[in-house]
Amino acid sequence: MRGKSVAFFPRIHYAESMSQPHMDVRRIATLARLELSDEEISSFTGQLDAILGHIAQLSKLDVTGIEPTAYPMPIPAPMRDDTPWQSIPAADFLQNSPEQAQGQVRVPKVVADA
Amino acid sequence: MSLAHQSVTALRGLLVKGEIKPSEILDDLFVEISARESEIGAFLSLDRDAIRQAADAADLSLPLGGVPIAMKDNINVKGAPCTCGSRFLAENYRSPYDAGVTRRMREAGVVFFGRTNMDEFAMGSATENSALQKTQNPAAPGHIPGGSSGGSAAAVAANFAPAALGSDTGGSIRQPASHCGIVGMKPSYGRVSRYGLVAFASSLDQIGPMTRSVEDAALLLQHIAGHDTLDSTSLPVAVDDYLSGLKQGVKGLRIGMPKEYFAEGLDPAVRAATEAAIRQLEAQGATVHEISLPHTEYAVATYYIVAPAEASSNLSRFDGVRYGHRSSSATDVLSLYQKSREEGFGPEVKRRIILGTYVLSSGYYDAYYNKAQKVRTLIRRDFEQAFAQVDAIVSPVAPTPARKIGECTNLLGDYLADVCTIPANLAGLPAISVPLASAGLPIGLQIITPHLKEALMLRIAHAVEIGA
Repeated sequence: MRGKSVAFFPRIHYAESMSQPHMDVRRIATLARLELSDEEISSFTGQLDAILGHIAQLSKLDVTGIEPTAYPMPIPAPMRDDTPWQSIPAADFLQNSPEQAQGQVRVPKVVADA
Repeated sequence: MSLAHQSVTALRGLLVKGEIKPSEILDDLFVEISARESEIGAFLSLDRDAIRQAADAADLSLPLGGVPIAMKDNINVKGAPCTCGSRFLAENYRSPYDAGVTRRMREAGVVFFGRTNMDEFAMGSATENSALQKTQNPAAPGHIPGGSSGGSAAAVAANFAPAALGSDTGGSIRQPASHCGIVGMKPSYGRVSRYGLVAFASSLDQIGPMTRSVEDAALLLQHIAGHDTLDSTSLPVAVDDYLSGLKQGVKGLRIGMPKEYFAEGLDPAVRAATEAAIRQLEAQGATVHEISLPHTEYAVATYYIVAPAEASSNLSRFDGVRYGHRSSSATDVLSLYQKSREEGFGPEVKRRIILGTYVLSSGYYDAYYNKAQKVRTLIRRDFEQAFAQVDAIVSPVAPTPARKIGECTNLLGDYLADVCTIPANLAGLPAISVPLASAGLPIGLQIITPHLKEALMLRIAHAVEIGA
């Protein structure tokens, strides 16, 4: 019953045709609002470059004319009617907030002095 | 026989006949937990007093009345913790509401029983990425339970709970079920509400049951499936009867064996157990056909673009403002975000947020995210073509049995081990892991069926179970 072996796991794909991809982790971390340590930037760079090297295999595939899939089902999932309903009371949510004042979540000052 | 070893179905039978009380089930479960939980580490929290109170108040006339069920710690149960295995939510978060599945189970009479350990925000396949606790495989001490629903799998395998819920984004129910020797099922995308499941990758995530029998998985699915207006991706489609046809057998069914899933590198014990199970199905009257899912080798790469992209967006809500960890050293609102996230998240979560931010960033979106979504279409089409020839697909769940704890030397290697489970998530298909006969470490068989054909999948799974 076993067919011809098609080797793919657990083989690791490395970037072939294109140059080894490299990520500027410090810049991306700023976009993601993560303040990484120098040690993290160093270790993540090597790890993420290896993953990008594997991901680069997709460049081999020709997807001309192929529609992207964001939703996998053949059945539509319609939005609900836009009718008001009783949401969870604000006080219940505020029980989890790290800092609050006057029934609101408190954060450091956002707007600078004029 | 201890009630801790009984199935949900058997416990319900005893409760309905008045032969036992819910508190007696708890007594036996707590005996097992006291004996082994310090070694296994399945639960992140277990409030025995609250559980006893809920059990005493349980309405036994309800369909799951009095049955204790453990919950993965990313599914909200009002008043309970919901840490997601993360320091970010471990300090003082209490759920202010019930998830959709929680509400349904509450209405069915379930006694919520303990919060199970998991990889942080469900990112991982060994439960080693939990920031809070280690979990051992009860069936194989020293080995990982799999992940990310490793605590749920361990709790069920160790007889700490008769059943649990997990969540599955790329195999996080099926792979730990396979590694721990229990049943774990991921329903079709949209079959079960995800309202109140802490989102990881929204186009992939599904909640599903983890049990010790296929019948119990069917029973739980019966009660959690269905449309929920609070999850717009949950399908407004009638729920089938998953129990009545369970024992109809597999005579005349066409079973597909995708050659790509039986490739070089498959562990010999996994290959032997899987092929033996397929011969059993043949002996029971199914016909077996070799098929091809030619884009399988691109599934992991596609997943590691789509899932981190969605995660980077979903996890932006963890900013230290409204709930969860807030850094005490922030000086302005920007450093509040940056420091809270740096202190609250573990390394795997940070890596995936960065990877996701990168593939969505200006200049890379088309090359990575848009491309991956198109390859996802090719993977989906592979299944459509296969299901024109066969009724169901069988395969291994993982290319090897559970590895030892602490033996991950290559991050990418662990990612690639999800190759058998990821495609069903990308295509939105239902898939289940059923334990096989194995002399060594536990091994599961995966069964995949077309969209919303859970009843057929469970019927085949039941045939595998009685053959094993």
